[in-house]
Amino acid sequence: MSVTEMFSYIQGFLSADHDVREDIRKVVQVLEQTAREILTLLQSVHQPSGFKEIPSKCAKARELFCTVQTQMADLKTKFPVEQYYRFHEHWRFVLQRLAFLAAFVVYLESETLVTREEVAQILGIEVVREKGFHLDIEDYLAGVLIMASELSRLAVNSVTAGDYNRPLRISNFINELDSGFRLLNLKNDPLRKRYDGLKYDVKKIEEVVYDLSIRGLAKEPEAGGDK
Amino acid sequence: MSNREGEGCPKKICDAAQANLSLPVIAAFKVFQQELDTKHDKYEHLVKISRDITIESKRSIFLLHRVTSLPDAEDALNEADVKLDGVRQKIGQIAEELRGEDIYQFHRAFTPGIQEYVEAVSFLHYIRHRSLISLEEINAKLVFMRTEKVDVKGSAEAQPHAAQVLTFQVMPSDYLLGVADLTGELMRMCISSVGNGDIDTPFQLSQFLRQIHDGFSYIGNTGPYEVSKKLYTLRQSLGKVEDACYALRVRGSEIPKHMLADVFSSRTTLIDPDEGLV
Repeated sequence: MSVTEMFSYIQGFLSADHDVREDIRKVVQVLEQTAREILTLLQSVHQPSGFKEIPSKCAKARELFCTVQTQMADLKTKFPVEQYYRFHEHWRFVLQRLAFLAAFVVYLESETLVTREEVAQILGIEVVREKGFHLDIEDYLAGVLIMASELSRLAVNSVTAGDYNRPLRISNFINELDSGFRLLNLKNDPLRKRYDGLKYDVKKIEEVVYDLSIRGLAKEPEAGGDK
Repeated sequence: MSNREGEGCPKKICDAAQANLSLPVIAAFKVFQQELDTKHDKYEHLVKISRDITIESKRSIFLLHRVTSLPDAEDALNEADVKLDGVRQKIGQIAEELRGEDIYQFHRAFTPGIQEYVEAVSFLHYIRHRSLISLEEINAKLVFMRTEKVDVKGSAEAQPHAAQVLTFQVMPSDYLLGVADLTGELMRMCISSVGNGDIDTPFQLSQFLRQIHDGFSYIGNTGPYEVSKKLYTLRQSLGKVEDACYALRVRGSEIPKHMLADVFSSRTTLIDPDEGLV
């Protein structure tokens, strides 16, 4: 094989790779649009009027997740399944977003931490890499951390809206989450940096709880935690 | 703030949670911890192997540079072969480590070593055959046999062994980057061959390097971004080699051989650093 032939072959390979990435980008753009719609929908719970409407917003969000599932199914067709990590960077951001949104919906519904399996089910993907397009564990954890920030904001806005009990429940939840994250041995990577932000969320929520307790505004949370 | 007393103090719950490992959240994170640790361990192991590969490949390259000045080139070439066989064994270890995994998940861990290996093995190939080794030829040598014990239940006899074939495929992008680095070594080879009185090699190299440079120009920006960075160095290398040929052609008969090398190292290249890709 001559030099020219070799480079021709490589160029063919690069060209094909380029095409696959273009296809993936298009689907990811669509996914991002849907993610933005779900986000806009759920953001409205921060408004005083939004609190009463939480159940209906969650239901609507779940409908939008069905759209996500269809789009995910489309994404899966764009590349060979065993090359997930070759193209992972393209959808990492949107998948983290979607994991956050799923976690947020589940929290609003049941005030529990969504499991990896539940997120995967909501998005229509797998948990285990060998079974197909899966949710990378670090993307799941990043989504959970994004939710923690959202909850610290929710704690503040609950008080403004007159709900003085929710912050205490959020506080217990976040502290449990923090204990969980402390178990992890993280490398100096983006996940670690994101985790570093969790302590500010914890602090913010603690301050809210403090403000309520010294003014006698908050009742003691029920024994047994936040379930 | 931390000395706050109050009902439902979060810190108490936090401590209780840490003590009570059966809480579902804590239990879940213990699983995450194990998964992440396993992944990081594997990644680090691959980084270590990659470093060993880099070192041995670099040593092979230094050895190969000495070939032109040695009386017995064949010995040195065989020694380089042996060294690179050792490197291939290490690549076999990478293949073992990656068995059942998505190789792209760990690519950044072993890509430096693999690029260095491509550089070394293509250098050896050029010295022997005066041609560019193909990706196929490289991958053909990265086939490993492993004997696995087959677990035969209920058998009291010695366990039979099954032969397993393990391969490692160098990716086109790593091949490309290794070849880009090769051009730097070829440029050095050109200069040192002139110093040894070899006035044929520079002209062969010049033609070869030009072909490689044209190949990279053809690929342009569509390759990995590191290629674009290396293209600048490649142009400098090509420029030096072309200047060497020019000097040999124009002034070669005038200059004593032992001074030829000095002539080339003092010539400045005329490549404009701001000249971008076509």
